[in-house]
This record gives sequence, C-alpha cells and structure tokens, in this order.
Amino acid sequence: MSAAKFSNPVVRWIDHRLPVFSMLDHTANEYPTPKNLNYMWNFGSLAGLSLVIMIVTGIVLAMSYTAHVDYAFESVERIMRDVNHGWLIRYIHMNTASFFFIVVYLHIFRGLYYGSYKAPRELLWILGVVIFLLMMATAFMGYVLPWGQMSFWGATVITNLFSAIPLVGESIVTFLWGGFSVDNPTLNRFFSLHYLMPFLIAGVVVLHIVALHRFGSNNPIGIDTKGKQDTISFHPYYTIKDIVGIALFLLLLAVAVFFFPNAMGHPDNYIPANPMQTPAHIVPEWYFLPFYAILRAVPDKLGGVLLMFGAIAILFILPWLDRSPVRSARFRPVFRIFFWLLFIDAIALGYLGGKPAEGIYVTLSRVATAWYFLHFLVILPMLSVFENTKPLPKSISEPVLATTVAAE
Amino acid sequence: MAKSTSNSKSSSSNGMQEPARRDFIVVATYAMGAVGAGAVAWPLIDQMNPAADTLALASTEVDVSKIAMGQAITVTWRGKPVFIRHRTPDEIARANAIDGAELRDPQEDEARVQRPELLVVVGVCTHLGCVPLGQKTGDVKGDYDGWFCPCHGSHYDTSGRIRRGPAPTNLEVPPYSFLSDNVIRIG
Ligand code: HEM
Ligand code: FES
Repeated sequence: MSAAKFSNPVVRWIDHRLPVFSMLDHTANEYPTPKNLNYMWNFGSLAGLSLVIMIVTGIVLAMSYTAHVDYAFESVERIMRDVNHGWLIRYIHMNTASFFFIVVYLHIFRGLYYGSYKAPRELLWILGVVIFLLMMATAFMGYVLPWGQMSFWGATVITNLFSAIPLVGESIVTFLWGGFSVDNPTLNRFFSLHYLMPFLIAGVVVLHIVALHRFGSNNPIGIDTKGKQDTISFHPYYTIKDIVGIALFLLLLAVAVFFFPNAMGHPDNYIPANPMQTPAHIVPEWYFLPFYAILRAVPDKLGGVLLMFGAIAILFILPWLDRSPVRSARFRPVFRIFFWLLFIDAIALGYLGGKPAEGIYVTLSRVATAWYFLHFLVILPMLSVFENTKPLPKSISEPVLATTVAAE
Repeated sequence: MAKSTSNSKSSSSNGMQEPARRDFIVVATYAMGAVGAGAVAWPLIDQMNPAADTLALASTEVDVSKIAMGQAITVTWRGKPVFIRHRTPDEIARANAIDGAELRDPQEDEARVQRPELLVVVGVCTHLGCVPLGQKTGDVKGDYDGWFCPCHGSHYDTSGRIRRGPAPTNLEVPPYSFLSDNVIRIG
C-alpha cells in the first residue's frame, strides 16, 4: 500500500497526505475475491446503486415537495404535471424503491442459500438485517408523503401496531403522531425522517462493507479461499461482471418507469387522503405483504404484532439457529429442499397478504406463518444435527482442476 | 487483555483505598454525564408529543334531534370520526339481549349510553385504527348488525362492542354531555 505505486505525481502527493487512492486501490485491485462467484453475487452492488438513485432523485423531489396535509397531494401532482421532468424523477423514485426491495430480497435469499450468515460473517449478516429494517422504515415513511388514501391509512394502521404494547402503547402512538390521529405533525416528522434515514443506511452500508472485507466474499461452494490460486482481483473481473448486472437492472428499471410506472403501486393512492373514510380494501406496498400476512394470521392484536416483528427478529439469530458447519446448500441435500420450501412459503405469504382477511385466505396465512417459524426454529436446528452433508472439495480450484483433468 | 490485568494488579498493590475512591469518582462522573445527556435529550424527544395547540383542540357540538330513528351520522372530533346512531328499539333490545360480562371486553350496554336510543362512539377500530363500515345505508354492518371493519375483519354489535375479529376492545365512548335536550357536546 505504498504511494509509490501511482505514477501520477499529483495522485502521489495527495495520497501521501490523504490515502484515499491507496484505499481505492486496496478495495479494487488488491482485494482478493473468490474466483467462482456467480451472478447471485451481483445484488450487493445493485443494492448500492439503488440507494444512490433513491438519494439523488429524493433530494431533487424534496425541492418541489410540500410537507403539509393541505398541500402535499397537490405538490406531488404538480411534480407530475408542471415541474420539468418531475414525472420522470418521481417515477424513478417510486419504481426504484420497488426494485431496491426486489434486489435486497434476492440478496438475502442468496445469503440463505449459500450460508453466508455463518461464522465468521455473523456481524456482516446482522448489519444486513439492520439495513433491511431501516429500508422498511424509510419506504414506509416515503409512501406516506404523497398523502393519498393508502398513504394515510397505511400510516394509521402501521403506527397503531405500537398500541398493542401493554400499558405504554397508547402513549407511544400519540408520541409518534404528535396528536390524536395521523395528521400534519405526523406528515412533517415523517418527511424529516424520510430525508434522514437513507443517510443512516449509507452509514450502515459502510460498516457492512468493512465487515465484508475482513474475510472477503463467501462463494457458491461455501468453503474458505485457500490462497492465490482460489482468488482473482476485484478489478477488472468483478467490476465488469457487476456492470453487466447494472446494465440489465437499468434496462428493466427503464421498462418499469416508462411503460408500467404504476404497476407496483396502488391506484387508491391517487385519491387524496380522507381521515373519515377507510378504503374498502387496504394493502401495504407489495414488499411488506409477507409480513402483513403474518400480522393478520393471528386473531390476537398483540400476538399478531409480536409475530410480525418476530419474523424479522429471527433473522438476527439465524447464525446460531443453523449450526451446520457446511455453508453452501450445494452440499446440503435436505437443507436445499427446505430452502426452496421457505422460498415458496415467503411468496405464498406475499400473495396472501394482498388478499382480504377472510375464509380460506386466513387459514392458508396461518399455515404459511407456522411454516415460516417452523423452518427457522425447528427445521434448521434439527438439520444441523441430522443431515448427512456431501463431502466438500478441498479447495475452490480443486473441482475445476478435476474436471479439466478428466476432460483431457 | 494481558495489559489490563497487569494494570489492575499494580493498582491493587498500591493499596486498596486509592482505587476504591477513584472508582467512586469515575462512576459518579459517568452518572452525572448520563444525567446531563438525558436532560439534553429530553426536550429533543418530548417535542414529538402533541403541541399545546393540538392539545387545546376544541370540542364538537352536535344537534342530535335531526337524526331520524335508524339513521347514523359521522362528526369529527380531535381529527377522528365519531359515530352517532339513533338506535331502533330492536337494536337496543339486541344490545341488551346478551350478558355483557361474557364479552371479550366486558361491558353492559347501559354503561355505554346516556340515553338508550342515542349511541355515541369514536369511529376508530380498536385494532389498528381503520374506520369501520356501517354508517351508511347499504354498508356491510357485520354479523352483529353494528359495524364491520374491513381492514382485518372486526365485527361490532349494536352497542359498538367487539364481538369477533382481532380488535381487543369495544369502540371507545368519548366523553360527552347534553347541553340541552337536542344538543350534545363531545370532548
Ligand atoms: C432508502 C432510500 C429511499 C426509499 C426506499 C424511499 C422510498 C420512497 C417511497 C416508497 C416514496 C413514495 C413514492 C410515491 O408513491 O409517490 C417516496 C417518496 C418521497 N421521497 Fe423517498 N425514498 C428514499 C430516499 C429518499 C431521499 C434520500 C429523499 C430526500 C429528501 C427522499 C424524498 C422523497 C420525497 C420528497 C417523496 C415524496 C414525493 C413522492 O411521493 O414521489 N426519498 N420515497
Ligand atoms: S383495523 Fe379494524 S380490524 Fe384491523
């Protein structure tokens, strides 16, 4: 990491005093990355890109947005109709929020499949769950800002979750609202926090990356790299691979923004908020639906709230629930089946969360909720003990060398 | 690790008195620091609670003589809807037909009204705060003919008591008084 590496004298002069170029060089050129990463490893950089897009478009939107119950809806309509390129900027902000969640969900399931949460990456995983929580809070408050019907009733229902807390619940809700219902003080503070939280996320992302660089990426085989023959430098190999992912991501994002900008939203949010009337069928944004399904599956208010938060909290202790020493699902035949069942279960919960809470949907939600917790609390600990895992290769290079030898 | 153990050893070899006094000063300093930080944090936190003008929100006066029997109106109080229903004798009879003590949130109908024909409740579902249906003619009123909350399926009876669904308590009865025979003041 000596400054002498840089040929440009200006760079050398700066780097000697402020080693930013050494740091860049360290993360991009020197940083050894497993050579067998597949495309599931693209979602980290895509999440980072999404965060940048959200911050840039958000700051620009804030220049024309008015956080007041009488003007918020109109100011957003003005952004859509009158502000130069306002429609474009808002549609990018709206749709990237959804894409951000798609990317992060895939990122999380990647980690679940390849056992990336296991030692020594527990803190890296936990920081990821923290980012996920902050993202949910940010997106929830952002959705309140346009002050449509779904904004208002989403805010009402979600803040009321806290009223389930015994004794202090009501005071907490009043505290969150700054009044006796969701109203102007609520909208103002949500705007303030919606502006702040993405920067908190950026801070946790830095920690996430520091933790990542301590031991480097996990990989599809899930065994540690054993030296130079197992790694390649991040740049240019993975920068190029990340750019391929980014190009595809931006292409899909453009399709959504230009052709289906409201497909992932709810039409009722184009009706101004009316505190006197709840829409017949309220649903949160699609990315909250699995958790919403869990909330509604329980016929008890406090129980529902606890299970819903529990569904996320369980991810924090996941590294200690799954004690199997083998990371990657490739070598865990039984785990792999249960992984896909969990994946289907999560999709099913998402579907059920969007359906009315009656009849067969309630029953199915209960089954799916039970399965979710069963997976983490019973199946994973049992598999750690009873599963017969397949033999692991000695190194990342070994299977590759073996096939080339066999082919010759 | 090794360093700190050797440190504590050397300090204890200096005599027990000194470190004990010093420990006390350290703890006292931390405690004062915590109190100071708390005192600074409190205004920053408490500013989020309702402001004086929000607390001073006016009460609402309603002329109830205009509500025909079987009809219901919705008025606003503290930013929330309040349901006022002029109940039919049948609705009153049904509210009294069951033993209030057996309900999820035990309460007799008499305890919820000042005049049996006039039911006044806050129109906010005690589950997660949606406005239940049942005010307009043609609305779904739920299995107990009172109100039905579409958000997660809570059924309220003709006294606004929770009968089925996730809501934990009955619809709240706001404080109100009769200013005259025809006018009530809520709040
Ligand atoms: C983690 C990053 C972020 C997420 C997930 C996020 C999410 C959202 C969502 C879901 C909406 C509602 C869009 C709609 O339906 O209209 C929204 C609106 C808004 N956001 Fe963000 N946001 C983020 C960052 C930011 C930042 C950094 C700002 C800067 C101030 C910002 C400013 C705004 C404004 C002014 C609105 C209201 C205008 C509108 O509704 O389009 N956002 N945000
Ligand atoms: S808010 Fe009424 S049932 Fe949930």
